[in-house]
Parts: sequence; C-alpha cells; structure tokens
Amino acid sequence: MLTNVDSAAFAVFLALFVLVTGMGFVASRWRKPETLAHLDEWGLGGRKFGTWITWFLVGGDFYTAYTVIAVPALVYAVGAYGFFALPYTIIVYPFVFAVMPVLWKVAKERGYVTAGDVVRGAYGSRGLELAVAATGVLATMPYIALQLIGMEVAIKALGLHGEVPLVLAFLVLALYTYSSGLRAPALIAFVKDIMIYIVVIAAIAIVPSKLGGYGEIFTAADAAFAKKGTGGILLSPAQIVPYASLALGSALAAFMYPHTLTGIFASSGGNTIRKNAMLLPAYTLLLGLLALLGYMGHAAGLKLASNNDVVPELFKTLFPSWFAGFAFAAIAIGALVPAAVMSIGAANLFTRNFWKVWVDPKVTPAGEAKVAKITSMLVKVGALLAILLMPTQFALDLQLLGGLWILQTLPALVFGLYLNWFSSSALLAGWAVGLAGGSWLAWSDGLKPLHSMDLGAGPVAVYTGLLALALNIVVAVVVNLVLKRAPQQRLSREAAE
Amino acid sequence: MIRLLLLLPFIGLMIVPFYNIREPYLFGFPFFYWYQLAWVPLTSLLTYIVYRSVRRAD
Repeated sequence: MLTNVDSAAFAVFLALFVLVTGMGFVASRWRKPETLAHLDEWGLGGRKFGTWITWFLVGGDFYTAYTVIAVPALVYAVGAYGFFALPYTIIVYPFVFAVMPVLWKVAKERGYVTAGDVVRGAYGSRGLELAVAATGVLATMPYIALQLIGMEVAIKALGLHGEVPLVLAFLVLALYTYSSGLRAPALIAFVKDIMIYIVVIAAIAIVPSKLGGYGEIFTAADAAFAKKGTGGILLSPAQIVPYASLALGSALAAFMYPHTLTGIFASSGGNTIRKNAMLLPAYTLLLGLLALLGYMGHAAGLKLASNNDVVPELFKTLFPSWFAGFAFAAIAIGALVPAAVMSIGAANLFTRNFWKVWVDPKVTPAGEAKVAKITSMLVKVGALLAILLMPTQFALDLQLLGGLWILQTLPALVFGLYLNWFSSSALLAGWAVGLAGGSWLAWSDGLKPLHSMDLGAGPVAVYTGLLALALNIVVAVVVNLVLKRAPQQRLSREAAE
Repeated sequence: MIRLLLLLPFIGLMIVPFYNIREPYLFGFPFFYWYQLAWVPLTSLLTYIVYRSVRRAD
C-alpha cells in the first residue's frame, strides 16, 4: 500500500488530516446548543450561522474537491469550453440574492428544514413533497460519490495505493458527522477554504513565473490544441450555445441541491444571504484562476495518464514535496466538507419528507435527529460502496443526470414563493414530464449533457437540463390552465341549465 | 427598479459571441478570459448597490 511515498508530503498530509478530524469531533461543543437531539441543531446548526460562517460553509460546500480536480482537467482536455464553470458561478449569485432570502424567510417562520417542507407548506401536497424530496436524495448520492473520486485522486497523488486510506478517511468523516451534525463541516470549512486559497494563490503566483508568464501559458496551450486538432483557447462556433446554456442551467440548478439549500437554511437571516451573494464570488475568482492550471499543464509539458491528474502532477513537478503534500491535503479535506453537508441535506430530506410523513408521523424532534443521523451514515456508506464496486463512469453519468433531475424541482420550489397560481397537480405533472423527458433525451444522446436540435437554422446543441426545464414549465402551465378551466366550464354549464 | 441591475451579469455573460475573441489582451490574458473574470468583481459591485437599497427598504 505504501510505494513511492514522499515522507515530507505524507507527514504534512497526515498532520492536517488529524487536525480536521479532531475539529470534526470538537465541533459538537462549538456554539453549544441546549441539545443536539433536534434537527434544527444537528441538521441546521441552530439556524444561527452569520455572514462569515455561511461564507466559509457555502463556499466550502459549493466549490467542491471534485471541482478543484475536474475543472482544470476539463480545461486541460478541451480548452475554453471548460471555462463554462466561470459564467455559471457568476450568474448564480444574482439568482441567490433575489430568491434565497425569500425562501429562508418562509423556512424560518414555519420551521422548515428542507425543500420538501417548503413545497408541502406552499401546496399542501404529499405527492409533490415526496417528488421534490426523492429528487433531492437521488441527485445528491452521485454528488457524494464524486467527492470520493476527488479524494481518491489526492490520495493516489500522495503515493498511497489501494482502497484502505479512502475507506478510513470516509469512516472518520461519517463518525464525526454523526456526532456533530452540520457544525462539523462548518468548522472544518474554515481550515479547508483557507488551505485551498493558499494552494491556488501559490499556484497562480508561482507557476507562471516558472513557465514564462501568462502570455506564454496561453501560447503553449494554443499550440498544444492546434497540434492535437481538437479544443482551443477560444470556443468554436458550435460550442457557443452549449457554453451559454450549460452556464445558465447549472446556475439555476446549483441552489436546488440539498447541500446548498442546507447552507442557506442554516444562515441567520436574509441579509446574511444577501451579503454572501456579494462575497461568495471571491471563490469564483479563485475557480477561474484555478481553471487556468489546465493550461499550465500544457505549458509545463506534462505527460498525463488521465486528465484528472493535471493538478496533482503540476504540484508534484513544480513545488517542493511538503507543499505538494499540503495541496493534496487541501483537496482531500476539500472533499470532506461537501460530502458531510450533502449527506446531512439528504438525511434531512429523508427524515422530514419520508420518515415523518409515511413511517412515523408522531416522531419527536429527538427521534427526527436520530433518524437523520443514521440516514447520513447510510448515505455515505452507499456512496462509498458505489465508488468501490462500480466503474467510476457510473458515478459521473449519474451526477450528470442528477443535475438534470434537481433542476426539475425549481418550479415547485421557487414559483410558489412569488405566485399563487399553480396547483400542485400541474407542478407534479411538469416535474414528471421534465424528469422523464430529460432523462430519456440524455439517455438517447449517450449520456451527454447536450441535445442537438435543428430549428431551421442548422443544428444547435443545448444543455438537456434546460430543455427539460422548459418542457416542465410548459406542461405545468398547460395542465394548470386545463384544471382551472374544467370547474369553471362545469359551473357555467350548471348555470345555463 | 434598481434590482434590474442584477440582470446585467446575465446579459454580459450570455452574449458569448461578443467576448469569444482574443484581442485585446490584458496581462497576457486573451479577451475571452479577462472579460469573464472582470464580471466577478463587477457582479459583486452591482449586488452591493442593490443590497444597499434593499437593506434600507427592509
């Protein structure tokens, strides 16, 4: 299991990992509540996280370890197209600013913990509640698995092989999430985010000076793509609509996920969220610069077995080993925060919108917390087994579908905050058609996120999730019109008789 | 009305053909890259302007 392990890198990695593990367990006493045996405390940290804690938590939870690995890898492989993550993580914030404080207010006033709660409150429909909750859990599972892939890449880069280190790291994570709830990732997020900032700032300050400056880096990438014959540092005409639609669709989907919503619900108020919409783009700047590591890989002339190795290889090649160890620890710890929050978000959904509704309606707050704790554990074990037993591509494909699915909960969750027009049956019909139609399109396109259409002006590829959302909304509007009309017609017929 | 400022980042970033070009460069970055990066602080600034008006309204 230990081959080619650099002792300095390994020592730094291990020390940091032990530090955050300790923090994870101590977190149960951080901002100590009267009791942790309540979902508001275990699952939402008491809804008291102020501007800074929310900034670290949502930042640490939205910009995941997988992002740190996969965005530069995509940019390394295809060039400009991989940058769609940048417009995506910019336009998401005006949306957060406008919508999320309204959602928080509803949740706080009525004691809601999940998106399912909000939907039940707005429409009084158990069916729609279950649809939203099940979509949330299903979309989150592969997302957790993805964090494991990020962690695996970092552990492998350190020279550790086999599955034991990954299993150990995940068990430790599962245990302190169980005991401390949302407080654990909130506290660890401080360490994780500061480490990631140090790593990325060091990379973007030092690497270009070793490679001859940014001008040289872009030139080298340009030449590499020209030689390869695919990709480029600008978008091809066929990539323009995919680029824009992926950015828009991803931005709309981002805060429909249970883990991001958990961060929103856990904050202390509307202004905390608004201030965060203003301050969170700092992470986007970091992400944009991080993406350039993909081009730096070309400038450094790296030979990679897999695109995902571009970030680890760059650090191994250009930095002293202790700093490479620090960088790998940052990525591995970076996987813990989102994995913890995701499992908590999924556990909250299961407890509130399934267990409490269908299994044990008389469950006490302490009983709710218990069910959620056990569920968070099972969700993580499930993700771990999925990674260990199934091909990696399976998790990636499911994650792709998960983004499409979660986007279909937007009308049910958001429209009700502003309009009193839609009925639950109409929204449920829209959700079902969007989910099934979108999945079918993605399936028939070979599990690619883009669907090609010809509207007369030549084929245009659009993000499938966005097409499914359009279909979802059209169906909801039509069904609603029909349902509203039917009783009126009956009334007018009765009046005529 | 000031809330409409929040639509500017959508417009600025959805007009992809406008910024899918190399020239002019800035610090070695082609236009495509620095234009999008510039929207990050700009979006924060616009959000701040809207935030000030909303906060007073609360």
